[in-house]
Amino acid sequence: MKPAVLFQNVSRHFGAVRAVDAVDLAVAEGEFFAMLGPSGSGKTTCLRLMAGFEQPTNGHIEIFGETAEGVPPYKRSVNTVFQDYALFPHLNILDNVAYGLMVKGVGREERRKAAEDALAMVKLPGYGARRPGQLSGGQRQRVALARALVNKPKVLLLDEPLGALDLKLREQMQEELKSLQKTLGITFVFVTHDQGEALSMADRIAVFNDGKIQQLGTPEEVYNQPKTRFVADFVGSSNVLPPEFVAGLGASSQFASLRPEAIMLGGSSDGRLTLKGTVLSRSFLGSANRVTVNVNGTKLHVMSPATTAIPPEGDAVTLSFHREDLHLMEAAS
Amino acid sequence: MHSDRSAPLGLKIAAAAGLLFLHLPILLIFLYAFTTEDKSYQFPPPGLTLQWFAVTWNRPDVWQALSLSVRVASISTAIALVLGTLCAAAVSQTRFFGREAISLLVILPIALPGIITGIALRSAFSFADIPFSFWTIVLGHATFCIVVVYNNAVARFRRVSGSLMEASMDLGANGFQTFRHVILPNIGTALLAGGMLAFALSFDEVIVTTFTGGQQSTLPIWMLQELIRPRQRPVTNVVAMIVVIVTFLPILAAYYLTRDGDQIAGSGK
Amino acid sequence: MSAVAQDRSILPSGGSVASRVSDFLWKHPHVLLAILLGPPLLWLGIIYLGSLFALLLQSFFSIDDYSGLINYQFTLATYGQLLNEANLDIIIRTVSMAAIVTLFSIIIAFPIAYYAARYARGKWKAFFYLGVMLPLWSSYLVKIYAWKLILAKEGILTWLVTKLNLLWLLDAWLSLPVIGGNSLSVSYTGTFIVFVYVWLPFMILPIQAALERVPSTLIEASSDLGGTPRQTFRHVLLPLALPGIVAGSIFTFSLTLGDYIIPQIVGSSRLFIGQAVYAQQGTAGNIPLAAAFTVVPIVIMGFYLWAARRMGAFDAL
Repeated sequence: MKPAVLFQNVSRHFGAVRAVDAVDLAVAEGEFFAMLGPSGSGKTTCLRLMAGFEQPTNGHIEIFGETAEGVPPYKRSVNTVFQDYALFPHLNILDNVAYGLMVKGVGREERRKAAEDALAMVKLPGYGARRPGQLSGGQRQRVALARALVNKPKVLLLDEPLGALDLKLREQMQEELKSLQKTLGITFVFVTHDQGEALSMADRIAVFNDGKIQQLGTPEEVYNQPKTRFVADFVGSSNVLPPEFVAGLGASSQFASLRPEAIMLGGSSDGRLTLKGTVLSRSFLGSANRVTVNVNGTKLHVMSPATTAIPPEGDAVTLSFHREDLHLMEAAS
Repeated sequence: MHSDRSAPLGLKIAAAAGLLFLHLPILLIFLYAFTTEDKSYQFPPPGLTLQWFAVTWNRPDVWQALSLSVRVASISTAIALVLGTLCAAAVSQTRFFGREAISLLVILPIALPGIITGIALRSAFSFADIPFSFWTIVLGHATFCIVVVYNNAVARFRRVSGSLMEASMDLGANGFQTFRHVILPNIGTALLAGGMLAFALSFDEVIVTTFTGGQQSTLPIWMLQELIRPRQRPVTNVVAMIVVIVTFLPILAAYYLTRDGDQIAGSGK
Repeated sequence: MSAVAQDRSILPSGGSVASRVSDFLWKHPHVLLAILLGPPLLWLGIIYLGSLFALLLQSFFSIDDYSGLINYQFTLATYGQLLNEANLDIIIRTVSMAAIVTLFSIIIAFPIAYYAARYARGKWKAFFYLGVMLPLWSSYLVKIYAWKLILAKEGILTWLVTKLNLLWLLDAWLSLPVIGGNSLSVSYTGTFIVFVYVWLPFMILPIQAALERVPSTLIEASSDLGGTPRQTFRHVLLPLALPGIVAGSIFTFSLTLGDYIIPQIVGSSRLFIGQAVYAQQGTAGNIPLAAAFTVVPIVIMGFYLWAARRMGAFDAL
């Protein structure tokens, strides 16, 4: 089966800036694919390359096996949900949703019907007569979704789709987007800088930094086995241990990551590795305590269940963890 | 700058006095259109009459001047609309080297004193052996009207550009469809406002016209002649009042067309 | 929705003519840019800039004193003529007038702009805006004419002054040298008043724009730190309004430098630069000298703009 989106050695340079630098990726059909990274990492440019708003400086792009470079956005059956929603202010909601059908020459009655169905699908039935300005942010987001989906795109692109929503609404929309994607079976590619969002929604994640993909894998792989220090740090704020520290633990002299929740306060006898250090600070997070411990000059973050007693600051403490939670990383970056 | 405090009395008085200073002279024109005195500017008017409206109505020179002004303003506005919109589209839709220079070039005809534009065009006409005509006036007017349309259009294009156009393309609309269904509806009122201001600007222009008009009189040229060598003062009064009203209407309309969002490009005169 | 169900992920190129043209322009954005920019650039570049350069070029020619014909040989003699006493007088007179007009415009404009920016809300805001826009856009000649009516010896001002028993003051003012005259409408004072009146809106709008951008928190911060209203004005508002003031002064200064109609209708018989240009190119037929005269405001404004740019005034335009 041909991948929904294929990038072969794709670069996009803006002058001297390499926004996207020799990226290879393949998004499978029906997949919920996330592109995660800090701002300026190249993830949004990749999305725009898929949509056709940007053209690659080098490399080859395919959408379902057909060459995409040199093809304008309006000739791609790819639709986008924009970060700022980009609803047309001069059209009402129904005409906004029906826009794609209108320009394709679909008859008035048929496109009204289709637009109403799409609005019902995003739980906004009967909103057609309103103007974009009369809707809340969450509602506009749904309209933008309906406007894209009514065209039955082969790939749906979402640019920071939940960025402007508040926490509660964001969690609700995450659920809805996931179930919508399952029902429709359309390939979703979405861009986010929020690692929690990427981990909870995506089937696979591409972590971007400096125009390059640092790691591509399932949420579990990216979280538990970060390939690079950047991934370890960006996805879930892992402890990054320097090579000499790792060598001291009996492993090879390489950078390694260790998840804060993999470390336990207090020693144990069941074959876990132990470390001795001093408590530097602690903060209560509700379900857990975050404790920072100084071990021979290296700061380690420990996520300890709220039920565990925490020694006061300045006290000596013993830490322990399983050997297999220590994940060695590539030397680069 | 929100503030709950009310303004100091001195400031209120100064602001009110300033506004009065701006408006009273114009209102005075309205009074003089009805005066019975026809030899001097006597105040208060010895009596009021409507007869000068009838006299003005029957003056063919006024009608000729008015007709020329309206024709010049219409054609100049049409040219300025096309050129100003094209320029605004190019500057706001694409990035290219020299955008700043283009903006400067568009603004230059009103940034430099009108007399420079006028005399430059006049000597160019005489150099190229172009006789003065209706079209030489239009040439000058369209040149300085472009900036008014441009200013209005650029402000609105900025709002439309970016994701709205991308959204349209993304949904399958080609360039022409995007222009027809997204750009035009969004910049329409800005163009209308710009066109009205351009019309008002051209309708009122006198300095450049004195250099490019030859023997023909637009309404402002007619008035200038009356100001320098008065023939029948009350007729001038009536014409002045009509000019005030005719220019106020498009300004008010332009204001209401653009008030939500961008402001009228007020510095364009 | 069957009509839009697509089997292909990339639609075939081609189709209608519009679609083909659109594809072509999308692939060649430079062609689109050329189509958009071509007509306005040709118009402004050839008609306007061409004329302007032709004019400036003529200032380097001279006129033959005997035949009255233009001598097409490069010379700086015409510029030299600018420095003779009569012409230098005209330049100094015009520049001084422009400076005084600018100063008084700032003084009158500031309270209006300040009130409109800081205190006017809702309807009053619109009222102030239109209150400045309408005089700005109303007919230039009508505005001058209105002042001719006001300043005439038999006009409303004399009437008002008589009613207030202040006629002696007006007569005393008119008897002053230089700024006085037979009546206000033929004096420098009259010219000055009309200049201030006609250009005032050009000063109000940029100052207001600059003041609108001062966040109220800055004012509150200043008073929170113990600044009296006077100190807040002096140390916070005024510096922030300065770019607007400079921007407005660009207008008032430039417009006064180039105007020839106001001093012709309301004023004494002594010439301003604009009138000199008009006279030189018209009755005197001395295009080179007229052209050299036009260079004066261009050079002055060039320096002015350069200084204004350094003060950041362009952000307020």
